[in-house]
Amino acid sequence: MLTFENVTLTQGDFALTADIAIDEGVTAVIGPSGGGKSTLLSAVAGFLEPQSGRVLCNDQDLTGLAPGKRPVSMLFQDNNLFPHLTVLQNVGMGMRPDLRLKTGDEQTILHALTQVGLAGYADRKPAALSGGQQSRVALARVLVADRPLVLLDEPFAALGPALKDEMLTLVRDVLVKAGKTVVMVTHDPQDARAVADRVVLVADGDASAPVATQAIFDDPPAALRAYLG
Amino acid sequence: MPKTAYLTVVAGLCMATTATAETPKLTVLTYDSFVTEWGPGPAVEAAFEEVCACDLEFVGAGDGAALLARLQLEGPRTDADIVLGLDTNLTAAARETGLFAPHSVEADLALPIAWTDTEFLPFDWGYFAFVGNAGAQAPTSLRALADSDVKVVIQDPRSSTPGLGLLMWVKAAYGDEAAGLWADLADNIVTVTPGWSEAYGLFLDGEADAALSYTTSPAYHLIAEEDASKVAWAFDEGHYMQVEVAGKVAATDVPELADQFLAFMVSDGFQSIIPTTNWMYPAATPEGGLPDGFETLITPATSLLKSPQEAQAVRDEALAEWREALSQ
Amino acid sequence: MINRVPAYLAGALVAVLTLGTLIVVALRAEAGSGLSGADWAAVRFTVMQAFVSAFLSIVLAIPVARALARRRFWGRRVLITLLGAPFILPVIVAVLGLLAVFGRNGIMNDLLGALGLPEMSIYGFHGVVLAHVFFNLPLAARFLLQGWLAIPAERFRMAASLNAPVGRLLERPMLRTVVPGAFLVIFLICLTSFAVALTLGGGPRATTVELAIYQAVRFDFDLGRAALLACVQFGICAAAALIAWQVTAVDGFGAGLDRVVQRWDGSRVFDGLWIAFAAVFLLIPLGMVVVKGAPGLLTLPDSIWAAAGRSVMIAVISAALTVTMALALALHGGRLVAVISVLPLAASGLVVGTGLFLIVFPFVRPADLALPVTIVVNATLALPFAVRSISPAVQTVRSDYGRLMDHLGIVGWARLRFVVLPRLRQPLGFAMGLAAALSMGDLGVIALFADEQNATLPLAMYRLMGSYQMEAAAGAGLLLVALSLLLFWLCDRGGRAGADL
Repeated sequence: MLTFENVTLTQGDFALTADIAIDEGVTAVIGPSGGGKSTLLSAVAGFLEPQSGRVLCNDQDLTGLAPGKRPVSMLFQDNNLFPHLTVLQNVGMGMRPDLRLKTGDEQTILHALTQVGLAGYADRKPAALSGGQQSRVALARVLVADRPLVLLDEPFAALGPALKDEMLTLVRDVLVKAGKTVVMVTHDPQDARAVADRVVLVADGDASAPVATQAIFDDPPAALRAYLG
Repeated sequence: MPKTAYLTVVAGLCMATTATAETPKLTVLTYDSFVTEWGPGPAVEAAFEEVCACDLEFVGAGDGAALLARLQLEGPRTDADIVLGLDTNLTAAARETGLFAPHSVEADLALPIAWTDTEFLPFDWGYFAFVGNAGAQAPTSLRALADSDVKVVIQDPRSSTPGLGLLMWVKAAYGDEAAGLWADLADNIVTVTPGWSEAYGLFLDGEADAALSYTTSPAYHLIAEEDASKVAWAFDEGHYMQVEVAGKVAATDVPELADQFLAFMVSDGFQSIIPTTNWMYPAATPEGGLPDGFETLITPATSLLKSPQEAQAVRDEALAEWREALSQ
Repeated sequence: MINRVPAYLAGALVAVLTLGTLIVVALRAEAGSGLSGADWAAVRFTVMQAFVSAFLSIVLAIPVARALARRRFWGRRVLITLLGAPFILPVIVAVLGLLAVFGRNGIMNDLLGALGLPEMSIYGFHGVVLAHVFFNLPLAARFLLQGWLAIPAERFRMAASLNAPVGRLLERPMLRTVVPGAFLVIFLICLTSFAVALTLGGGPRATTVELAIYQAVRFDFDLGRAALLACVQFGICAAAALIAWQVTAVDGFGAGLDRVVQRWDGSRVFDGLWIAFAAVFLLIPLGMVVVKGAPGLLTLPDSIWAAAGRSVMIAVISAALTVTMALALALHGGRLVAVISVLPLAASGLVVGTGLFLIVFPFVRPADLALPVTIVVNATLALPFAVRSISPAVQTVRSDYGRLMDHLGIVGWARLRFVVLPRLRQPLGFAMGLAAALSMGDLGVIALFADEQNATLPLAMYRLMGSYQMEAAAGAGLLLVALSLLLFWLCDRGGRAGADL
């Protein structure tokens, strides 16, 4: 459960308010570009402190916590992997940022790699992988990080439609099954329809409360209608 | 990693220790070329250590012009017991520092002039001269050089003892007309180098017809390289002398040893080394006479030399004339 | 966050070596004569020649860098590496190389003579400028090439498809950001020039401030005047830096120049001519160093080989120190770092040496400290170039991976070891090579500290010249050039090999 309690976020002239709660499962954040979708995620990840209000995760107040100390895993639009480290090391960073892997850690990593379909790739470097495989490595890191909340800031935007669907399915099958709360930013309503349980619309400086996916697309509010065209 | 790198340096700084020797140690501050393996240093060290039961250490401090500055920088706390390599153009300033003590050496010197200085004792001497190629056009006077289109390279009087020597040479020969001579010489001077090495190197590379050096320079080429192609130009006005001296530092902790060294310096053991290592005339003629080859050198009819006081008195004026003339 | 202490230590060391030594010298001074008319003439000459040298270096480097940025040809990579050579050459070696080409007895005059044209003289203002352009044109070309390669290839494609003028649209804005920084660095290098001005200047009118400082210390033992002159030099530097920073952005200088951007503009012939001009102007004097030094190389005395070993050791240690300090400063960032990394360029080598001597002398025999002092001073003098090559790369790591590292909680030592160092391999290797090569050629403070047992190769080479051993000195010069280039190549290469970037 992710809660925004009277949160106001400002970045220069831009301001965004949010007073919502997001349950487990997959929640899509959609809205016009520049509307503040990524800003909302930044506040959760700890890159932007709210002007006012609090962000809570399972009743834990995140205010003032360093990004690395938050119960949050995040995938960015790009640069999710270190090109000079092996797949094993990249995934290992999720467990031990100092890469001092303990006995058993390697097993965990190899298991996660198997879960995302990359058994046998541990010693490769990212440059030797396809785009889809690189995304899988990042997902494996999320798995081993073992944090309850997962933020996806359009990490699959550069993949083709088939690959993207595959990744979203993987998110569903692996992350949701592992009991995580997944919040994903997307500009493609298809993504939301495909995997999201509910949708948060961010538009006009406000994040509106989550609505079940089917319901919101059947009867879109004005702002979403304008966005969908 | 950054921290350990700093530690390494600190450790390096700390590791420098002062060696404590049981035998008395005599430190001689001198110019670089004296101490290199081609200079007199190694042979002198060996010869003196045989008789002194001491450890003789030469410390090189750049060229002759840098010696005095180095001593002034170190001040009364200097480790040097002897300073060797000043010339008479610098001894007045050296005396004024009050860092030197009188020596007690009586010596039979073979200089073309009488020597009476009680603080500084000569160890070698020579005549400044332009050294050019045999068979090429050779001016016969400073004036003739100034009137010719022969190209020479000289040293800067502010950073080199030959350069200062030439300044004094012109002043000694032309007095109040020195400025005029410099003005006429200006177009003969290819460039002015910081030290002797650069000037002589440029000449050997063919950048000039001659370089300011010594009448004894051709002896080097003749004896060490069996090359008779270099000659010193004999000038009618006479040649200015360089007398290289050593002095005892007043604050020395081994005054007797310092006196012993100065006495050794004008003896045969030291003097016989000088001609073919420092390529100058020894201050006292060695028993075996001068080495073969030295008899081929020119002998100036007139020796010019200003007393240390005079040299110091005219220095700034002469320098201004020089700078003025060459800045046109 | 990464520990800031190393950056403060590095900053403090630079401040002590540059400003601290100046203060020590000033304190030791007795009542001096103040600055004379001749000193102000030296200031004017210094600024003038530095300005003209920097201006010409940049103006000539623009077409050369543009040609290198857009033409692919056989030997391009080797040429770019060799372009780095003049900059790291010991001054005296380079001057001898230049004289072999432009001197009275040089190739140029042989050609003019054969054509029946009058002889040209390299000595004078133009000779000083020529030598400075020889040293700094390649440096300027590297700065600018970096700028060209930083323009994304898509923009050139876009400009080509729009048939828009590439010069006005892309190149001029890039030059506006890169040129001021490059100009500043070259101006400062020329400002403190000493041996070039002295040997090629042709006489006392070519007196630079650095030379006046040298004379104040050596000839008049007027430390007060030396300190005053050093202050004037810092003043000029500060003024130049302020002006340059008004109009400049962060500039880069570093590795990774072997990419070619595909272009659809410009004349192949003109580009070829410019590249040929640069190659001939820079490589022939270099070739002459080889030709003149080769015979002497076989007869080098043992002491030269020992000095060479010592120089290599000093170069390696001081380069490691430079890179460590530069990395610490670059990671810290900010304007103060920009100041710290320009200071060494404006410092007078002789004042630094004299100040250190005064600091050290009461406690230890200077000769005992010759090697550590040389290491530290050389490391500091190379710092401006190292910071310049590392800083932009640190920015890139920060913008590419800063959030990911924060997010994953990769901090402190782990951040340095697993992300920063591996990501910076190329610029670190380049900076290390450059620092090592600069250290090899530096005569600087060693002359004041060294005795017989710890001479470096440049000093030993000078001493050979002082003992009539001109041929051996030329051989030592060649050895010096070869070792400098070898060190540079090894480090630069080490930074590239197997880097997954």
